[in-house]
Amino acid sequence: MSSTTDLLKGAAERFPDEVVTQAQVRHIELPGAGRFALITLDNGFDHTKPTTFGPQSLANLDAAIDQVEKEAAEGTITGVGITGKPFIYAVGADLKGVEVLRTRDEALTIGKSGHDVFKRLQTLAVPTFAYYNGAAMGGGVEVGLHCTYRTVSASVPAFSLPEVFLGLVPGWGGCVLLPNLIGADRAVGVIIENSLNQNRQLKGAQVYELGIADALFEAADFLEQSLAWTAAVLKGELEVVRPEVDRGEGWDQAVARGRAIADSKVHGAAPAAYRALDIVAAAKNGDLRHGFDAEDAALADLIMGGELRSGIYAFNLVQKRGKRPVGAPDKALARPVSKVGVVGAGLMASQLALLFARRLEVPVVLTDIDQERIDKGVGYVHGEIDKLLAKGRVGQDKANRLKSLVSGHLDKATAFGDADFVIEAVFEELGVKQQVFAELEAVVRPDAILATNTSSLSVSEMAAKLEHPERVVGFHFFNPVAVLPLLEIVRGERTDDPSLATAFAVAKKLKKTAVLVKDAPAFVVNRILTRFMGEIQNVIDEGTPVAVAEQAVEPLGLPMSPLVLLELVGPAIGLHVSETLHRAFPDRFTVSENLAAVVKAGKRGFYVYDSGKPELDPEVAALLKQGDTVLTEAQVRDRVLDAVAQEIGLMLDEGVVAEAQDIDLCLITGAGWPFHLGGITPYLDREGVSQRVNGKPFLAPGVASVPA
Amino acid sequence: MPRTGRDVVFVDGVRTPFGKAGPKGIYHETRADDLVIKCIRELLRRNPDLDPARIDEVAVAATTQIGDQGLTLGRTAGILAGLPTTVPGFSVDRMCAGAMTAVTTTAGGIAFGAYDVVVAGGVEHMGRHPMGEGVDPNPRFVSEKLVDESAMFMGMTAENLHDRFPQLTKARADEFAVRSQEKAAKAYANGRIQQDLVPIAVRRTNAEAGETGWGLATADEPMRPGTTLEQLAGLKTPFRPHGRVTAGNAAGLNDGATASLLAAEDVAQELGLPVKMRLVSYAFAGVEPEVMGIGPIPATEKALAKAGLSISDIGLFEINEAFAVQVLSLLDHYGIADDDPRVNQYGGAIAYGHPLASSGVRLMTQLARQFEEQPHVRYGITTMCVGFGMGGTVIWENPHFDGNGSAK
Repeated sequence: MSSTTDLLKGAAERFPDEVVTQAQVRHIELPGAGRFALITLDNGFDHTKPTTFGPQSLANLDAAIDQVEKEAAEGTITGVGITGKPFIYAVGADLKGVEVLRTRDEALTIGKSGHDVFKRLQTLAVPTFAYYNGAAMGGGVEVGLHCTYRTVSASVPAFSLPEVFLGLVPGWGGCVLLPNLIGADRAVGVIIENSLNQNRQLKGAQVYELGIADALFEAADFLEQSLAWTAAVLKGELEVVRPEVDRGEGWDQAVARGRAIADSKVHGAAPAAYRALDIVAAAKNGDLRHGFDAEDAALADLIMGGELRSGIYAFNLVQKRGKRPVGAPDKALARPVSKVGVVGAGLMASQLALLFARRLEVPVVLTDIDQERIDKGVGYVHGEIDKLLAKGRVGQDKANRLKSLVSGHLDKATAFGDADFVIEAVFEELGVKQQVFAELEAVVRPDAILATNTSSLSVSEMAAKLEHPERVVGFHFFNPVAVLPLLEIVRGERTDDPSLATAFAVAKKLKKTAVLVKDAPAFVVNRILTRFMGEIQNVIDEGTPVAVAEQAVEPLGLPMSPLVLLELVGPAIGLHVSETLHRAFPDRFTVSENLAAVVKAGKRGFYVYDSGKPELDPEVAALLKQGDTVLTEAQVRDRVLDAVAQEIGLMLDEGVVAEAQDIDLCLITGAGWPFHLGGITPYLDREGVSQRVNGKPFLAPGVASVPA
Repeated sequence: MPRTGRDVVFVDGVRTPFGKAGPKGIYHETRADDLVIKCIRELLRRNPDLDPARIDEVAVAATTQIGDQGLTLGRTAGILAGLPTTVPGFSVDRMCAGAMTAVTTTAGGIAFGAYDVVVAGGVEHMGRHPMGEGVDPNPRFVSEKLVDESAMFMGMTAENLHDRFPQLTKARADEFAVRSQEKAAKAYANGRIQQDLVPIAVRRTNAEAGETGWGLATADEPMRPGTTLEQLAGLKTPFRPHGRVTAGNAAGLNDGATASLLAAEDVAQELGLPVKMRLVSYAFAGVEPEVMGIGPIPATEKALAKAGLSISDIGLFEINEAFAVQVLSLLDHYGIADDDPRVNQYGGAIAYGHPLASSGVRLMTQLARQFEEQPHVRYGITTMCVGFGMGGTVIWENPHFDGNGSAK
């Protein structure tokens, strides 16, 4: 296939850093079934560097197929198999190779050449077999879909078509072949539903149950059993029967279901899911060639689009930057934490106690002002552990251990005297927190870390009156603590490196995404969200109807509308944070009188849900005092985005975080802002907002966009 | 408490194809424990009527119990093979007779009533664990002349055996070796061996050793069908200048594993398990370490005496061919011809290889197949020599015995 070879050669030159996967052809004697060619995909590294497909890798597979195609035609082999190195089958296209693509033609080449290589597996003179021995994603799954038969190991931990999650479509055959193999509904489950649910992975048994694989074998002798199965198929002893695919109404309903899922997740704001569904819809007629062309076109369009570039940028932030926090001190400085104290036994404190106990597996002691509160807090934690036990998430021994770790005590000296790390989650008022820290300092060791879960107060001020202010850090979780990965770690003016290193080490054990932030009002997420919400509130106060203000930001595809978010946070807390920020930055942060009225009226939100959909609560509507300036959706959107861009620009100038990347990482992991926005700064850049407001983009070209 | 001994039966036996030790061998990049695990799983697949929870013990032998042959292999291999955690296991070492000892020890437990069903086998990856790895012989062996230094080197003990029995010439050893290769090739052609082999997926990353990627080991690598006397005559004698022991008339350095399933006869009946052989008696015996190759003679004497049998009652012999001379010494002792058709009908370790602690079960698996083919035979023996001067012999009865012809 010289045309493919030439195309791939050009692509390989564009991507000199590719980790190249070899496609090794080895011949084996299948007992009773003749000489068989087994291709192993192997990049020469162990499982910590999974096998990927860049252009040279595809060229290598192409060459391997040249060889087996010839042997098949000559009748010297009876079949061809493809498997991976230990623990890994193949995890798809090398994303670095996608990032470097600059033109649509280059993007088209990648899609087309992947198809051209993979689809050859369908037309060999002998049957082809994929043996999914380990993790398989994207193009790794797809190369197997082109084979005649598939087996899967019961121990495959991760199997997915994650393209839509990133902003692509499964474009090397996935959108076309998968629905034709397992039916459109199941394919939509894999391509759309799983991708849009935090990139949910299938396990080996599910791959078999869905009908993607024809046989399931245990890992201990997976390849041996797969080959024995292959021999039985080749000898005709075993016939593979697959259920008929519903090509009638079921297909259309599946696509409609997929669109509903996409709407609920990205609200039409990101194209990938919809492009994938268009191809799935068209694949109903089983026309592979037409379908593959559509995949190529979709890939090329998406690769040249901002959503995908933002998606890859966001993915890398979460996978890489999120795991190696920028600015964290040398981890060797961290002190061991073998006992944790929690001041307060309210809901937040109890959630923290549960998290610390589960992840650190060290004693956690709660204190509060009376025994009743303590009992309630400890009872809550024990109850949550029982729930984990009932769900099978922990065994009885682990549940016993966790429960024994969590206790409460009225006397802080007894509770915290030998603690290494004490976190407070008491009322959000500086004086109260200062007093708590003063009391703690009297009873804890001089090097015990004192952490605060404050969401907006100054960590430095909290530490100011202490004898050892260097051990105070901000440790700001996001609600719900068990769900949102972000942890803003705040360095106070006098926080020392060992304390900060200890905080990062604890964060890592808590499996949180830690971001180092400066001690600035409301830190990162709350400051941006408050500015964002404040601007929405402002336009409402000035006269824009609530519905218009809400719809104005729908094209962003945020997880929820601003007022629904306010409801989740709680109007009172929202008001409190806006007041704090107003004190710090009175020019930019307003305190809405309407919001204050809503809080004063004791309302928990703006909406009622009697009809099943959110509708403005008439009682709230009656409270609203609006001006007479009515903006359009576009005007509202501009105003809100301008405000956000301005605030982020100022935060970067102030050094709240090291780089715009940290802002985006915080918004993705702390507020659930979507990948297709890249957090927010890639979106602000590509929509021209950054240029308009700050005179420059946040990110250099190519960081989250098509490179120049 | 009154006790009644129970009859012990050999239900089934399998093995991996044997490989050549070393960087170009098929198993060079395969773990030893994986070899034995795959044998255990194959036994379970072949005997679906056996609930794995009924297994009372897993005994796995290895000579060098280090690394992937260490960590109480019988236990860890059981877990890795997917046996229930309730099934215990242990490791065994009697060098070459490791698997044989795993069988006899657990068989003793069955007879005593401690076990109903056991897995017994062995493994030796001589590529990953060369002979002598990590050994630390007590200096008293030499200082007190407890053994001659040659006792440490199996090839030298074989040369010593030639010295002791001058009639066992190199020519006889070579002729025996050629026949072993011929018989093994014939057994393969007749499909007698492959039916008990467990194919093993093998990875190769070193292109110098052949095609890279995953492959499948389905046949014994060491075999040299078509070997001629002329070829053997020209081989070097590595253990002694102008000696008699060569790579051609001895087993090589090999990688492989075996596993067998044993049960109390009544339990086998209860569970519907096949009975391939019935244990009659066994014995181990010690000899001078310098001539460890004659170990099978006293071991066989003892086992026959315990069974109340004589050598003339034995219709089939599976003698481990660590060295041709060692087999010949046993045959000579009993006046059996070098080419007696009852002896090693499928050939032996000279052809297939001898991954030390695994070989005992290979002998049993082959004897079981011969029993099946030859119902006129009532008794057979498996016997082998063991380093540091030992021999082991197990006498088996053929459950297919039809009572026809002589008792042989």
